[in-house]
Amino acid sequence: MSNPESRIDRCFAALKEEGRSAFIPFIMAGDPNLEDSEKVLSLLPSAGADLIEIGMPFSDPMADGPSIQEAGIRALAGGQTLAKTLDMVTRFRTTNEHTPIILMGYYNPIYHYGVDTFLVDAKKAGVDGLIIVDLPREEDAELCIPATAAGIAFIRLITPTTDDARLEQVLENTSGFLYYVSVAGITGAGMGGPDMVRAARARIEAQSDLPVAVGFGIRTQDDVRAMSTATDAVVVGSALVEQIFKASEATGALDSKGLEAVEAFAADLAAGVR
Amino acid sequence: MNTSERQNSLRAMPDDSGYFDLFGGRYVAETLMPLILDLEKAYADAQADPAFQSELDELLAHYAGRPSPLYYAERLTEHFGGAKIYFKREELNHTGAHKINNCIGQVLLAKRMGKKRVIAETGAGQHGVATATAAARFGLECVVYMGAKDIERQSPNLFRMRLLGAKIVQVESGSKTLKDAMNEALRDWVTNVDDTYYLIGTAAGPHPYPAMVRDFQSVIGDELREQMLEREGRLPDSLVACIGGGSNAIGLFHPFLDDEDVSMVAVEAAGMGVDTEEHAASIAGGTPGVLHGNRTYLLQDDDGQIEEAYSISAGLDYPGIGPEHAWLHKIGRVDYVSATDAEALEAFQLCSQKEGIIPALEPSHALAQVCKMAPDLPKDHLLVVNLCGRGDKDIFTVAEALGVEL
Repeated sequence: MSNPESRIDRCFAALKEEGRSAFIPFIMAGDPNLEDSEKVLSLLPSAGADLIEIGMPFSDPMADGPSIQEAGIRALAGGQTLAKTLDMVTRFRTTNEHTPIILMGYYNPIYHYGVDTFLVDAKKAGVDGLIIVDLPREEDAELCIPATAAGIAFIRLITPTTDDARLEQVLENTSGFLYYVSVAGITGAGMGGPDMVRAARARIEAQSDLPVAVGFGIRTQDDVRAMSTATDAVVVGSALVEQIFKASEATGALDSKGLEAVEAFAADLAAGVR
Repeated sequence: MNTSERQNSLRAMPDDSGYFDLFGGRYVAETLMPLILDLEKAYADAQADPAFQSELDELLAHYAGRPSPLYYAERLTEHFGGAKIYFKREELNHTGAHKINNCIGQVLLAKRMGKKRVIAETGAGQHGVATATAAARFGLECVVYMGAKDIERQSPNLFRMRLLGAKIVQVESGSKTLKDAMNEALRDWVTNVDDTYYLIGTAAGPHPYPAMVRDFQSVIGDELREQMLEREGRLPDSLVACIGGGSNAIGLFHPFLDDEDVSMVAVEAAGMGVDTEEHAASIAGGTPGVLHGNRTYLLQDDDGQIEEAYSISAGLDYPGIGPEHAWLHKIGRVDYVSATDAEALEAFQLCSQKEGIIPALEPSHALAQVCKMAPDLPKDHLLVVNLCGRGDKDIFTVAEALGVEL
């Protein structure tokens, strides 16, 4: 049920033609500061990002490991807000019309912003999808259903604890693609093997024709290559966030050399799907 | 309860989705959702099993030392010259606080579910000690998450937990207090899904925790009803309890929610004052939001980021409140007030000197409210304060606050 209006659907349709998986990098909005995270965002498509996940920082990221927690703390300390994250997407869209943007984070900042206002502003900014970690299907009425109605995909996490019966329920209101978490755990933890992912993917395919992305614990080009044989998309978060930290640690900012290092790191990962 | 009784009762919440009207719910990661559904089912099965209840009763009686006495605080009553003041002596329970009521219940449930490992968060260390105690009693591995800042001010409880065989993980993230300990416990749970039981210590978190913790703590109010009827031939006029997450308060209040003539006051920690940035009063100074699995009142900034709570009492130092309390506040059934550090310290000393009972800093907030309301109440007004913990753990904090060197 591909929707030609949807950047996400168009993106996966094109990749299918091309016969390869997508590379999806994750960065934290406002890390190491707003300006530099925007620079990283804008260089990602040419480095080989097919879709981009942008983290919305939250003070209490219950499902994240140390790397992404600390990136969020840095962003918040620098004054990042949800409104600024949306502005960042708005500016990105002035130069990039085709790369799907997925916002990932926790519900409270959106709830506090106001769900209806948020959806209007996110749509206007050019956001294509949402991954909200602490909104399971039991709370679909909160954001999932209104987001879908507003034309923003609600992408769901599927985990090793999601059995077939639950999978059917989880798929019910999900759109865009599915995000398979390869291990039960926090971001940045170990990675499940491609065989396990292949088995999970077969299980998902039996019930859905949505593309499947895999994430959590994928750190190198080799990891990306191995996983790309098993799924439609591969997400790298913590490893890239750590690279951004490394390149900005000394000054709290990314100079041109730092940006080059980040770009090279992303391009190296992206080569894993090509 | 039949259907019409349920409709007219304030004791029939939450609904099937875990909501107390707007508050509550199940805001957790997908990884945890199947675990929470399992827990809900296991708890319902246990509730329906008389063997579970009788084992719990046996342990509460002979291990925890229940029922806890209802004590007439004669000298405090004389001191204020108003309401007749009673203490529900939860500080006399094994481990020195009300926390053990819930821990025994949940450890029995963990055992019934075949779990081998129990994890918990703790602020003041009372819940950590109670969890470590119950886990030791049943031979379960126990890991307690505790904020680095709380470890600093609650070292006696830290050693107590270690003696009981628990492993303590010092939490260095965020504000290094209770909320961060809870984040870290959730990260552990999401990673160790097969063998681990998460034993939440307060009436908050995703459904079914708020209802389950309330049920296990309701033994406080149930006993009080019987004890008061026996002593005075009638129900109390007012109940006073301190509130952080709110487990001792809901345990005291819940059995009386449908008794319209019983008034209830919950006392939040106002720290340096609710008009400052240094307090832990989620209802007085917070707005509705979603954290740790439930929607409730939270201390948060304009961007929906959770703010750090502050109180001299580590057990009240949490930026949220249980969802049932949020609802009871909204419908006006319970009056939510606050007491400052200074007021609690004064009540702490008064209680020690007048009654020979050193209360914990947490119930000292409830006692501070008693100081405010008792003098103006008639002498036949029966006022019960939940003395939910003993103060031994707090003597270093109090000494420091009073400028005394030990």
